[in-house]
Amino acid sequence: MCLAVPGKILEIVDSGEPVIGRTAMVDFQGSRLEASLAMVPEAEVDDWVLVHAGFAMSVLDEKEAKENWDMLKAALGDDVELVGNEPTPKGDEDDQ
Amino acid sequence: MTSDVQAVVAELNDLCADLEAAGKPVAIMEICGTHTVSLFRTGAKSLLPSSLRLVSGPGCPVCVTSQGYIDLACDLAAEPDVIIATYGDMVRVPGARGSLETMRGEGAEIAVVYSARDAVKLAEENPTKRVIFLSVGFETTTPGTALSVLEAENRGIDNLLILAQNKLVIPAMHALLGGGEMPINGFLCPGHVSIVIGSDAYKPIADQYGKPCVVAGFELHNMLLALLHIVRQVAAGENRVENVYSLTVTEPGNLHAQAIVDKVFQPCDAVWRAIGMIPASGLELREEYGRFDALSHFDLEMGPDVCPAGCICGEVIQGQATPAECKLFGTGCTPIKPVGPCMVSSEGTCAAWFRYNRNTARTVE
Ligand code: SF4
Repeated sequence: MCLAVPGKILEIVDSGEPVIGRTAMVDFQGSRLEASLAMVPEAEVDDWVLVHAGFAMSVLDEKEAKENWDMLKAALGDDVELVGNEPTPKGDEDDQ
Repeated sequence: MTSDVQAVVAELNDLCADLEAAGKPVAIMEICGTHTVSLFRTGAKSLLPSSLRLVSGPGCPVCVTSQGYIDLACDLAAEPDVIIATYGDMVRVPGARGSLETMRGEGAEIAVVYSARDAVKLAEENPTKRVIFLSVGFETTTPGTALSVLEAENRGIDNLLILAQNKLVIPAMHALLGGGEMPINGFLCPGHVSIVIGSDAYKPIADQYGKPCVVAGFELHNMLLALLHIVRQVAAGENRVENVYSLTVTEPGNLHAQAIVDKVFQPCDAVWRAIGMIPASGLELREEYGRFDALSHFDLEMGPDVCPAGCICGEVIQGQATPAECKLFGTGCTPIKPVGPCMVSSEGTCAAWFRYNRNTARTVE
């Protein structure tokens, strides 16, 4: 639950949930997931955001977003993939 | 090794050698479990001078969740018409009578969710059930939980309950340091938590205890650079807060997130696994949102925190022992059959040692 994932906002929609408000379809290196933008009201389409458990927590520039992917890879290995919105090392189960 | 990494390592070597020669070897605590794992995985540990000691801290929310909490979650799972909604990492943490996984085997409904929002949806889709969200985590996950509570409140969803065990990093650092002479010279602070709480949050730690605090990301060069900044400060007798991670970490942090958390939660004393009670180190729902509180809904109290026999997790997450010093490490306790929470969570110190350091650890043993 702790790891944040950087992704690029493809589209912003109104979730229809009054408090959650705006949500974004975010591209995480090919996986698309929805994230709430309630904590980053300044975020716009094409911005990069850092997402924690379904909530964007900060807007990044592209360079920082790339660095964040590198960090995820450093933490989890090169084959990091998203399971739900949880970054997971590929084949994590077998190597334990 | 790239040249910038080489340069950092060279300076670290020189400074640490000087400090050791002066009889002041340096020890640095990494607070965050992601740092523990990244320091192994990137090879950072192997590049560091032997006179620089890295100590793992309490920074994995699964590891610090008290056994009483797991037992309570298992009890709730056995109640009729209940769905437990939980982050995946919690499912295998052993309690006194088994884990949530055991409960699932006995027919309890355990739903793994990735976000507190999913728990709200689950409650909406299952109006005849009570959905209990196991709200654990540090400052990065709590804002989302708080917002989800507000969402449920706004939409009149009345079958969502929260079993709150959210933890705060700064009070834990106070508790570690306040106990007396802590043989730690400085702190490697987690980048992602710092985005939310802001780098200013570490100022009292730096000022009050004279410990440099440097915020870092999780990539090799960045972590080494942060360690260098800490060692430089130690050598110069300084104690400042620095941020080598990112512009994303601001001094005040994410004020929207802080305001949302503050609206829904208030600080409370909290039990940390194997450490005990730390004042004002946890969060509970404010009275206005009391109807979401699973404890009062079921009129339950959290049981005591009991450590499994032989498990020294408490010492491990306070930097007083390494996993290799635990008699069960790698034999009675492995990631497949974990005894303590530090072996369950992939970010737990024992799990990280098991994966990356087993052989070295054995020789140490
Ligand atoms: S190795 Fe297992 S039993 Fe020993 S401290 Fe770690 S989690 Fe506890």
